[in-house]
Amino acid sequence: MAALVIKDLHKTYRNGFAALKGIDLQVEQGDFFALLGPNGAGKSTAISIIASLTNKTTGRVEIYGHDLDRERDQAKRLIGLVPQEFNFNMWEPVVEILVNQAGYYGIPRKLAFQRAGEALQRLGLWEKRQTQARWLSGGMKRRLMIARALVHRPRLLILDEPTAGVDIEIRRSMWEFMREINRQGTTIILTTHYLEEAESLCRNIAIIDHGRIVEQTSMTRLLSQLHSELFLLNIAAPIERAPDLHDYRTTLVDSETLEVEVDREQSMNQLFGLLSAQGIEVVSMRNKQNRLEQMFVDLVDSAKEKRA
Amino acid sequence: MQNSWQIYRIAFQTIVTKEILRFMRIWVQTLLPPAITTTLYFIIFGRLIGDRIGEMDGYRYIDFIVPGLILMSVIQNSYANVVSSFFGTKLQHYIEELLIAPVPHWVVLGGYVVGGVARGTMVGILVTIISLFFTDLSINSYGLTLLVFVLTSVLFALAGFINAVYAKTFDDISIVPTFVLTPLTYLGGVFYSIELLPEFWQWLSLANPVLYMVNTFRFGILGISDIDVVVALVIILGFIAILTVYSLRLLSRGVGIKE
Ligand SMILES: Nc1ncnc2c1ncn2[C@@H]1O[C@H](COP(=O)(O)OP(=O)(O)OP(=O)(O)O)[C@@H](O)[C@H]1O
Ligand SMILES: [Mg+2]
Repeated sequence: MAALVIKDLHKTYRNGFAALKGIDLQVEQGDFFALLGPNGAGKSTAISIIASLTNKTTGRVEIYGHDLDRERDQAKRLIGLVPQEFNFNMWEPVVEILVNQAGYYGIPRKLAFQRAGEALQRLGLWEKRQTQARWLSGGMKRRLMIARALVHRPRLLILDEPTAGVDIEIRRSMWEFMREINRQGTTIILTTHYLEEAESLCRNIAIIDHGRIVEQTSMTRLLSQLHSELFLLNIAAPIERAPDLHDYRTTLVDSETLEVEVDREQSMNQLFGLLSAQGIEVVSMRNKQNRLEQMFVDLVDSAKEKRA
Repeated sequence: MQNSWQIYRIAFQTIVTKEILRFMRIWVQTLLPPAITTTLYFIIFGRLIGDRIGEMDGYRYIDFIVPGLILMSVIQNSYANVVSSFFGTKLQHYIEELLIAPVPHWVVLGGYVVGGVARGTMVGILVTIISLFFTDLSINSYGLTLLVFVLTSVLFALAGFINAVYAKTFDDISIVPTFVLTPLTYLGGVFYSIELLPEFWQWLSLANPVLYMVNTFRFGILGISDIDVVVALVIILGFIAILTVYSLRLLSRGVGIKE
């Protein structure tokens, strides 16, 4: 069964701006799904409509088979949302925010405190439970919103840039955490501008731009479309000119850094063979761009050409 | 699996509890000021000036104004609680918590209104206790007194809610209390019997809904009123019905809370 089905979704804001121009999307149960797109693409708009925060103009949204218009309550109970902007009462103690949230979903107060406690433990906020939300750091506020989204145990969790402004260590623990709840059966939809994050977490992906889906596919299939990858090689001894490496296109970035484009059919072994034949010793190597990032830029560019 | 009603009930209780905790947490701003103001009213109008005024409708002046002062504090506080709380909910966007959740609009409205009534009641009781230091309050009809007390509180909590829905800035939440609520209560017969007024002003006063509440409440306590109590109750209930329907319409149209 699909966790989320969106059919021909349109949204035109009151000022006349068309933020969504007919979106179709399907996210399967248990999936870890990336919804990507440049700033202003319409990601948050789509998410707000799914979460009943914004009224759609036309179209249909179904959560686990429950139509958001006709079976509103059933649909709503299945969704958890971590929004892009902070939206909790800054003056309320952390634990009360979670207990209230649980209450809105019909969880009796005693059980609500228990659930809140669990969620706070899991997100490392237990020490801060009596602190007013406004005294939390930015990263803690994000984690508070994650904890809040989980107290009613949603089956579809939507995270709108949950790792923005979160330090590396906590970001990693959040990834681990998201993987874990996904393994336990929660479907996750994630938006992020850190594409390596999407690449390492998500199995399926949709790219949205200017209110339209420009690509929806699996992560592996998308990455396999990549024609070539750019590598940066650090070399041991400075050179003055880029060496001739036959079919490999090379550019000298600076005297100790060489950029090499490797096509999908070409092999790395051959590249290194050519390099050592010319007496160039490679100290280290890295991708110039994240692979998904490269793909993403291509797709958004080609969408732009199509519009033009 | 819980049915929807169980969810609604718990959601409603949650909103009410949250609202009560909110004004209790900031009691210095919410409960203390009305206690101080009414004490001053009692001292100044009741004692210092009141002793020179003599009788009003056959009662000592301080006894005459006590019901009005209690009800005035109920009105102001029911209103103030909902307008500032719901405006804050909008301003900080945590209204979204309620929009996402499976909570119907009438539960949201009911929760906020009951929160306002809770504060109105608490302040009303506080002021009543203070008044006992200045007068011997004996209540003519407990039933009627309580009924008017609660209905008035509900009515102004609803009015506060509507104000909050339309408010875009902090100023917007003080405009109505300053320019509408205060004049209406002061001219609503809290401090005088409208029989003191020239005929035209008596007639105009009858267009003021607060007059009906103050008089009915005074009737409940003292047993005297400038107007027919039944008419007054019908009018109060009518206003409640209108404001309830209007509030629910605002919510379902998403005015001020939904794009
Ligand atoms: N309330 C609104 N009224 C009018 N236009 C809006 C409103 N909210 C958003 N928009 C516009 O709709 C478009 C999509 O916005 P949205 O927030 O969905 O983008 P996004 O994909 O989430 O971007 P980001 O990555 O920056 O978060 C933008 O052009 C934005 O300016
Ligand atoms: Mg966004």
